[in-house]
Amino acid sequence: MSIIDDPLTEFEEDMRSDNGDVRRRLVVVGNGMAGARTVEEILARGGAEQFTITMFGDEPYGNYNRIMLSHVLSGEEADADIFLNSLPWYIENNISLHAGVRATRIDRYSKLVFSDDGQVTPYDVLIIATGSRSFMPAIEGLRTDDGELLPGVFAFRTIDDTRGMVNYAQHDDHRRAVVIGGGLLGLEAARGLQAYGLQVDVVHAGPHLMNAQMGPAGGAILRKSVENLGIEVHTKARTTAIMGEDKVRGVWLLDHPLLECDMVVVAAGIRPNVDLAVTSGFTVERAIIVDDQMRTMDDPDVFAVGECVQHRGEVYGLVAPLWEQAVVLADQVTGADTSAAYHGSRTATKLKVAGVDVASMGVQGPERDTDEHIVFSEPSRGVYKSLVIRDEKLIGATMLGDSSKVAFLMQAFDRGLPLPEERLEMLFNLGTPAAEVGVSELADEAQVCNCNGVTKGALVACVESGVKSVAGVMDKTRAGKGCGSCKTMVCQIVEWAAGGAVVEDPSANWYVPGIPMGKPELMTAIMEQGLRSVSAVFAALAPEGAEDAKSKMGLASLLKMMWADDYIDEKDAKFINDRVHANIQKDGTFSVVPQMKGGVTTPAQLRKIADVAEKWDVPMVKLTGGQRIDLLGIKKEDLPGVWADLGMPSGYAYGKSFRTVKTCVGSEFCRFGVGDSTALGIKIESRFQGLESPAKIKMAVTGCPRNCAESLCKDVGVVAIDGGRWEIYIGGAAGAHIRKGDLLATVDDPDMVVTLSGRFMQYYRENAKWLERTYAFVPRVGADFLREVIVEDSLGIAAELDERMQTSVDAYSDPWQEGAAPATPGQFRTSLPLEVLPQVPVR
Amino acid sequence: MTSPIETLGLGHRLGPLEQIPVGEGRAFGVGGQQVAVFRLRTGAVYAVSAVCPHKGGPIADGQIDGSIVLCPLHMNAFELATGCSTTGQEPLASWHVDIDGGEIVISPKG
Repeated sequence: MSIIDDPLTEFEEDMRSDNGDVRRRLVVVGNGMAGARTVEEILARGGAEQFTITMFGDEPYGNYNRIMLSHVLSGEEADADIFLNSLPWYIENNISLHAGVRATRIDRYSKLVFSDDGQVTPYDVLIIATGSRSFMPAIEGLRTDDGELLPGVFAFRTIDDTRGMVNYAQHDDHRRAVVIGGGLLGLEAARGLQAYGLQVDVVHAGPHLMNAQMGPAGGAILRKSVENLGIEVHTKARTTAIMGEDKVRGVWLLDHPLLECDMVVVAAGIRPNVDLAVTSGFTVERAIIVDDQMRTMDDPDVFAVGECVQHRGEVYGLVAPLWEQAVVLADQVTGADTSAAYHGSRTATKLKVAGVDVASMGVQGPERDTDEHIVFSEPSRGVYKSLVIRDEKLIGATMLGDSSKVAFLMQAFDRGLPLPEERLEMLFNLGTPAAEVGVSELADEAQVCNCNGVTKGALVACVESGVKSVAGVMDKTRAGKGCGSCKTMVCQIVEWAAGGAVVEDPSANWYVPGIPMGKPELMTAIMEQGLRSVSAVFAALAPEGAEDAKSKMGLASLLKMMWADDYIDEKDAKFINDRVHANIQKDGTFSVVPQMKGGVTTPAQLRKIADVAEKWDVPMVKLTGGQRIDLLGIKKEDLPGVWADLGMPSGYAYGKSFRTVKTCVGSEFCRFGVGDSTALGIKIESRFQGLESPAKIKMAVTGCPRNCAESLCKDVGVVAIDGGRWEIYIGGAAGAHIRKGDLLATVDDPDMVVTLSGRFMQYYRENAKWLERTYAFVPRVGADFLREVIVEDSLGIAAELDERMQTSVDAYSDPWQEGAAPATPGQFRTSLPLEVLPQVPVR
Repeated sequence: MTSPIETLGLGHRLGPLEQIPVGEGRAFGVGGQQVAVFRLRTGAVYAVSAVCPHKGGPIADGQIDGSIVLCPLHMNAFELATGCSTTGQEPLASWHVDIDGGEIVISPKG
């Protein structure tokens, strides 16, 4: 079957029908995104068995993604890459494609389509999907005498338009372009043309940019962002004439001197292509009128879809409504679902316009006295947010320059979700996990776990396959097994997907998965039975005494905390990092971070580190976020040699333990410093070095409220304030979660800082779940409660906590001493004997 | 690609069992293959491929219990006896292990 020109005559066509092919003849006029998508939907419903399919396409190509044309213009995408259906697709699906052929008339009574190549094509069912064209305003000089566009004038609608623009823009002597139209398409065109070194002006007749999508305040901020890109913007500017005899020389605006330019792009909106429908006697207002089944008013066998359609008074120019229409149309035409109906779309757009994040939906501003209008405007950063709420429902929003809350807003708008009482939460992520709102409303393809790429749909499928517990789903899908910041949301989705049938996860409260006990119960049992090694704990407390690999690390940490010097250190209970006192890297090499208390070093230490790095061919030397020096890419078998040459204690950059104390230079050097933060930081790090804990503990001490050491987002952070006093903050974080720490106490003695910090850490060590960071522990237990226990000693346990902390401190020994006398055979033997390590690039 | 079992032939001696601490694994290069051998607290000894099929992690550095080993890089789990993954990865190759005169001997399965 030919894909270009079907040579069959009308007579032969009829013969074909008589020759035993009982399929009905489906003809689709229009091969753009709507037409082709509708055919895809029809094929997906077994349409190939019901229909022979013929398509007419005005453009001599397959179907491409028109939305991507701006990327083709800017050079981000090659034109070949934007095709959705290439010519072979039509052959594979037995579709007769008449590409480059225009349908000129439909004879509804004889059911025939006439085309400009002189052919006549009979149909049983017809779909009109003629789309839109660029609107070309009546501007003097736009066209030459023969009706063609003046050379240098372009519409921006088709792939040929785009190719023409690229060619023209690349001329060396073309320096300046004017884009007529400051809507979405015009701004994209302007940005794209800049890629060719052109100076670009946007001339917009409206009062502000993108006035179809946003109000004046947003438009003003968008204008600033666009101008910052070097694009000149003229609003309320009417183009009266285009200058130039043979080619574009300039543009006349009303009340404006001549804008000299070499190129004009007209992006002044689109108009539905309705000529064919009008000529053929269909009811057309702004576009072809269809009912909820996408059927024309005039003929039950003729449907229409896409931008050429007017449904309930609306004409859409976006892609999402078109997809929805295609589904309904396919359901109807194939009979797959004769109850299918299109009820219109609530259009929301989210895109990058000229590099600026823009989202807009619903109304632009309040329309009634009772409408709530929430506005945030930060012109200097190009951020503008506006929400309109009516009867507790979001009915409109504009978001510029910050897309962080857009996903939620679009869903709230589309589905009328309940809104948070604290409206501010709709504008910003306020430190708390934003998962609260409506997991049920989240789209299936929404990615929940960003580390392992798990979507909501995958979680739901897992639950539906019979896994009904949170832990089970996490195991199966690996969701929440990366940084863990999505766990709350994973829980909510599993609970929602399982309905009432969620299996109570008894293990959720266990300290480790292999021993069915919560932490207090487990600690009591360990103490009472005197269990001092991990293997002893398994033997005494695990079901059937079975070891569990996933539980070992947590138990080892707990036992060390409880027994200190009396702990029996079984190497196999420890994670590899804790067995070789270094942090494993992706190629199986390790990173070595020597202790550098408070981030203070000396020339001698730096010289030594430099010598070691050279001697051992260390591929990368890197400053850490905790103010230390990291030697990366060390082979396991080289660790003892590196440590010996360094002659420095371990900085514990690898364990679930006390890590480091970041400091600023404080009162010793800084002209603003009010407290000696370096001295206090060094003191704290010396005291708590290497301390095991449920999760890592990062600290900072900063010398004044300017907070250069970032104390407010540390597990324990200390801030010197005027008057010789110190604030202690707990539970801060600035990693996978961002949380400002809660004030534990303000004290006037640095020793008191050490005592209270230590007391808090001991309480945390004894009461936090395994791997529960302070940013989760503090809010779970309650900052007020912790203040009472730690500062006011409401439980009368302060002395005991201090004492047990002291025992742990006394039990410290530098693990790098093991380099000289390995604790086990082959402790530092390579585990990839045949690989040449490091595989990381050498810098 | 030739399978590890073909290239390894019968009965490779890897030396004394004592070089592996109880509860841990050590890696060996054998006939162009990297093999991780684990010595369980129960006395059982297992041999599987030393390279994680996920991202090449060093399996011998992983933690074990009576049935599985966890790759230290991304915590994928593999059955020690069969090499099969319980977290959806490709399996590790696995070998039959004998202890002969205190020495580890590995050979193809089946």
